[in-house]
Amino acid sequence: MRYLFRTDYKQDTALARHGGDVFWYGLLTLAMLAIPLLMGEFYVGELGGVFIFAIAGVGLMLLVGYTGLISLGHAAFLGIGAYTNSVLLERGMPFVVTLPVAGLFTAFCGAAIGLPTLRMSGLYLAIATLAFGSIVGTVFQKWSSVTGGFDGFAVPTPTIFGIGLDGATGIYYVSLVVLIFVLWISANMLRSPMGRAMVAIRDSEVSAQSMGINLARYKAMAFAISAGMTGLAGALFAHYVRFLAPDAFDVLLSVQFVTIVFVGGLGSLHGAIFGAIFVRLLPQFIAIVRDDLPFGIGRLPGLEPSLFGLVLVLVILFQPGGINGIWQKAKHAFTAFPFKRQTSSRRQKSYAKSERLR
Amino acid sequence: MEDAARLLQLVVNGAAAGCIYGLIALGFVLIYKATEMVNFAQGDVMMLGGFVAYSLIAHWGLNYWIGALLAIAITAAFGFALDAIILRRVIGQPQFAVVMLTLGLGFIFRAGAGIAWGYDSVGFNTPFTNKIANIGPLILGQDNLSIIVGTVLLCAVLYVFFSKTRLGVAMQASSQNQLAAYYMGIPVRTVFSLIWAISAGVAAVAGILLSPVSMIDVNMGFLGIKAFAAAVIGGFGSIPGSLVGGVIVGVVEQLAGYYLPAGFQEVTSNVVLLAMLILRPQGLFAELQGKRV
Repeated sequence: MRYLFRTDYKQDTALARHGGDVFWYGLLTLAMLAIPLLMGEFYVGELGGVFIFAIAGVGLMLLVGYTGLISLGHAAFLGIGAYTNSVLLERGMPFVVTLPVAGLFTAFCGAAIGLPTLRMSGLYLAIATLAFGSIVGTVFQKWSSVTGGFDGFAVPTPTIFGIGLDGATGIYYVSLVVLIFVLWISANMLRSPMGRAMVAIRDSEVSAQSMGINLARYKAMAFAISAGMTGLAGALFAHYVRFLAPDAFDVLLSVQFVTIVFVGGLGSLHGAIFGAIFVRLLPQFIAIVRDDLPFGIGRLPGLEPSLFGLVLVLVILFQPGGINGIWQKAKHAFTAFPFKRQTSSRRQKSYAKSERLR
Repeated sequence: MEDAARLLQLVVNGAAAGCIYGLIALGFVLIYKATEMVNFAQGDVMMLGGFVAYSLIAHWGLNYWIGALLAIAITAAFGFALDAIILRRVIGQPQFAVVMLTLGLGFIFRAGAGIAWGYDSVGFNTPFTNKIANIGPLILGQDNLSIIVGTVLLCAVLYVFFSKTRLGVAMQASSQNQLAAYYMGIPVRTVFSLIWAISAGVAAVAGILLSPVSMIDVNMGFLGIKAFAAAVIGGFGSIPGSLVGGVIVGVVEQLAGYYLPAGFQEVTSNVVLLAMLILRPQGLFAELQGKRV
């Protein structure tokens, strides 16, 4: 067991809790930096995809896991970021400008959709974002003078300070930097009054309001920040897929994002990363074992979405903490050995909170 | 005259489509009123109901009416089991957990239907297929008329059930106040499962009524998204409201398809939904209430 002795007031506000944090996260960062030197192009590309989904996952985690607002329309934000970035690049703007602009513009769109939907919560928000997502998807298809419609849109190759990012390695490093940036912002935000307000809103809107938290303001900000991060992910996603088709940003993708958050573990930034790894690697895993499965299961169309559905159902029923919950339990069992008991991780009894009267 | 007749024709066709949306929305509303859960898989339950009816009628050669009734009963039993086995476990978890759970179930149903019935569109013969009724200057398909008549009949049956029978009144009581219902000796859990059964049965009716108009296929569950607009317009807690909402969505959609350029028809239900949520989130048929802390 590690006991934290506080000897300095600075410790209370420090980003890293103790030396172990600095060591392990530093090691992880170094390993991630070294991977393109050690592994093949394919694995680097796949990891880049994981990073991009992790960026969007962190954004959605702030919204779902910390503020308690659900969004089934985040694929639309990914699409807005992707198209903004690509269209601006094609008009001749440099990548160092289009990436932040894509993020900011998507954040603006997020605030625009967030503000009117603030009066709703839970269920209504889920439905409203679902509708928003499908409207935006149709706009991508029909506004063909800008998006290219169903013909698609070939994304120009980005350059940073004269270095062309045409291979998987370039996108890998940019995604890694953006992911670290997004995680840093989120970790800092969650320790600030803003983050505390978000968690308070999640746990009880009425109590948060009576503590003087401006619900509308914090909800809109959470929505905007979440959308902005997803927009950044979208800008990188455009370069990852290199060819934008409007039907890529459909409800299924939104559900995948929410799967990241749920399977990873609600209310933890680690969870967003775990979830992104799961969601990106499951299709690869299916592709590898497809031919070895008995009874021709591997050749069923629709195998992938149904597996996502199944995992989602199993996680919600049996492991609400997600992958992060499993990790925490394993860690506890290890550090508290041999004093782990069945009751250490027993689920607390919880009661349904009515949303009907408000 | 020509224009008026055409307009009327569009409105009737829209009303028929709207009745289907209304029936799906009715399923949402029944469950929401009772358990505060929203079944995002309602459209997929409708798809299952349609496929079961297809198996009974087209494969086993049962009479249309007997097959339809059996299909409704089977789907209702499925709905009962769904609540008793799965949904009951998540009571107490945040509401969006239920949203994700039912979304996940929807994917599983779709894959299950794909395995069992294949991914091609199928249909079966009904007494209404390809028949035409002339009412004055109007030429209407009997399939569309059967949807409207069937919906009205179903609503009458549900109304009588909820207001006149013991079980119906018990259901209303458990929806309004669970604890008080427990104290009065109502088996609330079983009642909730029965409400899921009714909701699944209504979905099956929608699937069967829809089958002469459009083929049954695995992806017909996406109609459920349009039904949300119907439920929201009705205020998500009102049974007549959901039907009125459905008809409004259906008619608006038909008119948009006729008067607006191509591509607008698909989004009208979503636009109506968002506009409704922004302008009048409580719906047309709901009263405002305050929350006790």
